[in-house]
Amino acid sequence: MKKNCLALFLAAASIGAVQAETVFVTLEKDNALAVVDPLEGKLIKTVPVGQRPRGIAISPDNKYLYIATSDDDTIKIVDAANLAVVGELPSGDDPETFALNPAGDRLYVSNEDDSLVTVIDTASKKAIKQIQVGVEPEGITVSPDNRWVISASETTNMLHWIDTQSLAISDNTLVDPRPRAVSFTADSQQLWATSEMAGTLTILDANTKQILKSISFEIPGVSNDKIQPVGVAIDKDRNRGYVALGPANRVAVINAQTFEVERYLLVGQRVWNLAFSPDQKRLYTTNGTSNDISIIDLESQKVTKSVGVGLYPWGVAVKP
Amino acid sequence: MFYNVSLRIIVKFLLVFQLLITSPVYAEAKQTVNIAYLAQEQKVPPALSNLDPFIENKGVLGAELAISDNNTTGQFTGQQFSLKKFIVPIDGNVADVFNKSIDGQFQFVVSTLPAEQMIGIADLPAAQQMVLLDASTRDDALRNEQCRKNVLHILPSRAMRADALAQYMMKKRWNKWFLVIGPNPEDRLFAHAIKRAAKRFGMKIVEEKIWEHTYDARRTAQSDVPVFTQVDDYDVLVVADEQGLFGEYLDYRTWHPRPVVGTQGLIATAWHRTHEQWGAVQIQNRFKEQSGRWMEEQDYAAYLAVRTIGEAATRTKSNELKAVKEFLLSEQFTLQGYKGRPLSFRAWNGQLRQPILLAAPRSLVTTAPVEGFLHPRTELDTLGYDQSESTCK
Repeated sequence: MKKNCLALFLAAASIGAVQAETVFVTLEKDNALAVVDPLEGKLIKTVPVGQRPRGIAISPDNKYLYIATSDDDTIKIVDAANLAVVGELPSGDDPETFALNPAGDRLYVSNEDDSLVTVIDTASKKAIKQIQVGVEPEGITVSPDNRWVISASETTNMLHWIDTQSLAISDNTLVDPRPRAVSFTADSQQLWATSEMAGTLTILDANTKQILKSISFEIPGVSNDKIQPVGVAIDKDRNRGYVALGPANRVAVINAQTFEVERYLLVGQRVWNLAFSPDQKRLYTTNGTSNDISIIDLESQKVTKSVGVGLYPWGVAVKP
Repeated sequence: MFYNVSLRIIVKFLLVFQLLITSPVYAEAKQTVNIAYLAQEQKVPPALSNLDPFIENKGVLGAELAISDNNTTGQFTGQQFSLKKFIVPIDGNVADVFNKSIDGQFQFVVSTLPAEQMIGIADLPAAQQMVLLDASTRDDALRNEQCRKNVLHILPSRAMRADALAQYMMKKRWNKWFLVIGPNPEDRLFAHAIKRAAKRFGMKIVEEKIWEHTYDARRTAQSDVPVFTQVDDYDVLVVADEQGLFGEYLDYRTWHPRPVVGTQGLIATAWHRTHEQWGAVQIQNRFKEQSGRWMEEQDYAAYLAVRTIGEAATRTKSNELKAVKEFLLSEQFTLQGYKGRPLSFRAWNGQLRQPILLAAPRSLVTTAPVEGFLHPRTELDTLGYDQSESTCK
C-alpha cells in the first residue's frame, strides 16, 4: 500500500511542481475520514465514510481513495476530489489491510478471520481469486516491480511470497512472532518486515528470500515489551527506513545502508502507520490513542507538529 | 446474531463456490509432534442461577483450535501436530490412564486437572521425561513451595490476580477494603492473596468477614446482605467466592453504596468475552465459529498451552523434549497471546507471565500491569511472586 503511494509520489515529484498536498487519515472510532493540510498543520474537515475505517490507499492516478470499512465488510471507493463514495469492492469479511499493485488494477486484501488473501480486479470490481495463507494474515504489500505480493500471517509468523503471475504461494519465510507490516524498498531488492511481539525488524533479500539482518530496538526508560514495531517505510534512495514502534510512542530511524538505528523520534501515543509526503521531505504518522498525527521533517529529523484529527487514527494516505 | 452468522456462512459459501481457492505450497510432513490432553470429568457445581449453563468441555476446544493453528504453520514447515485426548470419567483413576496410555508415548502433556491430581501426575516416575502444561490451576503453592520442574503454569496465580486488582484500586485510590471471604478452602487462598496484595501496594483492609449465611437468593440478597455489610466506612468491597455461591448477591445490596471487586463484580482474569483489543476479536470469532460458544478462561489456557508447544517446535525445528523445553524457558521464547505484550515463562517457577484483564460482566475495565507500575525486567513481573520472593527451589 505504502509502496504504491511511494510510486505515486515519485511520479508527482518528477513533475517538479511544489504544491500543497492533502493527507487523508482513517478514524477507526469516528467512522470517518480526516482531511489534513499538512503544510498549514490544520485539520480541514472530517467526513463520514462507513463503519470502522482502517486500511487506506490512493489510486496511482490520484483519483480514488480505497478505504477498508471493516464493520461494513467492504472496501469503499471514494472520489479523492469531492470525497463522495462512488463504489464498493467485494473484500470479504472484516477487511483491515490491503495493497494495490503499481498499475492500480489489482487490489489484494487480507481476510484475517478466514486465513485468505482475496484478489480483486479494480476495473470490474470483482474478486477473481482467493489464496489460502497462514493464520490471521495482516500486513500485505506488492513489490514496486509487481513481481511479488507479500502476505504476513500474525499467528503463523510467516511471510508468504505470492507470485503475481500465478497468484500462488511460491515461498514462505518464518520470521519473529506476530509480523505486522511489510514494505519493499523502491528498487524491489529488499523486503522489510516488522514483528510486533518480538519487537524486531527483519530485512530480507528479495532475490534469495534469505534474512539479511534482524534489528532489535532499545530505548532508555521504555521496557522492551512496549516496543512493538508496526508500520514501516523506506525512502526512495534507500538512505533511511522508518519504523513505527506502537506503544513505545516513537518512530525508529534506521540507516538503510548500514542497518544501524540512528535515533528515536518521540511522536504521539501508539504510533501505528506511516506515509511519506510526495517529495519525501516529511513523514506522517497516525497515533492511535492520542488521536493525532505527527509530522516529521526528514531533513532536520525532527517532529515539527502534531495535528488532532479524531478518534483512533489508523491509516494514512497522501494526495499530491 | 443468528441472522448474521447464517449470512456470513452464505457469503463464504458463495465465495468458495465461485472462486478457485489456491492451496498453499505444502512442505512434506517430516516431523510429528504428539501432544496429550489430560482431563477428568468434573461434578456439576451448585448453580447460583440458570443464566450460565455448566460447560463440560472447558479447555479441550481451546486445545483443538490451537492444534489447527499449529498445523496451518506446520503445513509450511513440514511439521505435523497431533492432539490425543484422554478425558477420565469422574470415578476413573487418572494415574492409571496416564501410566497405561501416556507413559512412553508422549513428551508433551496439557492438563486441565485440579491442583491435587495435577501434582500427583507430575510426581509419577514417567512424568519426569515430560513437560506438563497446567492449563487449569491458580494455586500459588504450586508455583512456590510445591513447584515441580516438569510443570509449566499457563493461568495466572491467585497472587497475580490479586496484584492486578490492587494496582487498579491504587490507581483509583480506593484504599480502604472490606474483605468478604466465602466458606471454601479456595476462598481462603484467594483472601490470602488479597491480603498479600494489600500489603504490597499499601492498601488497608479495614474490615474482614466470613460469609456464613445461606445461598438462597430470596432470603440472602435482600435481608442478609445489608445487615452483613453494615460495617464502618470503606472504599470497595473485595469478595473471595471462587465457586460463585453468594458473591453475585452483593452488588447493589450492600449497606453502603460501594463497588464490588474480586471473584465477582470487577474480576481479574486471563481471558474474557469483552476483550477485543490486540487482535483478540479475531480469536474470539474463530473460537465461536469452531465451538458455538464464547471462549472461557480454561479454553484460552489450553489454547496457549498447545500454541506454546507449537511455537517452540517451529522455532527449534524439533520435537524433542530437551530442545523444546530449553527454548521455552529461554529469553528467545515469546508467545503472542492477544493481550498486547509478548508472553513468556518465568524461569524460576514456570509461570507464564502475561497481562491480566480486569473485567466487569459486560465491559473490559482495564488491563494490568496498570500504567505506572514499573519493574526493572518487565512490568509484567509486578504481578505475582517475583524471582526474589519465590520459594520454588
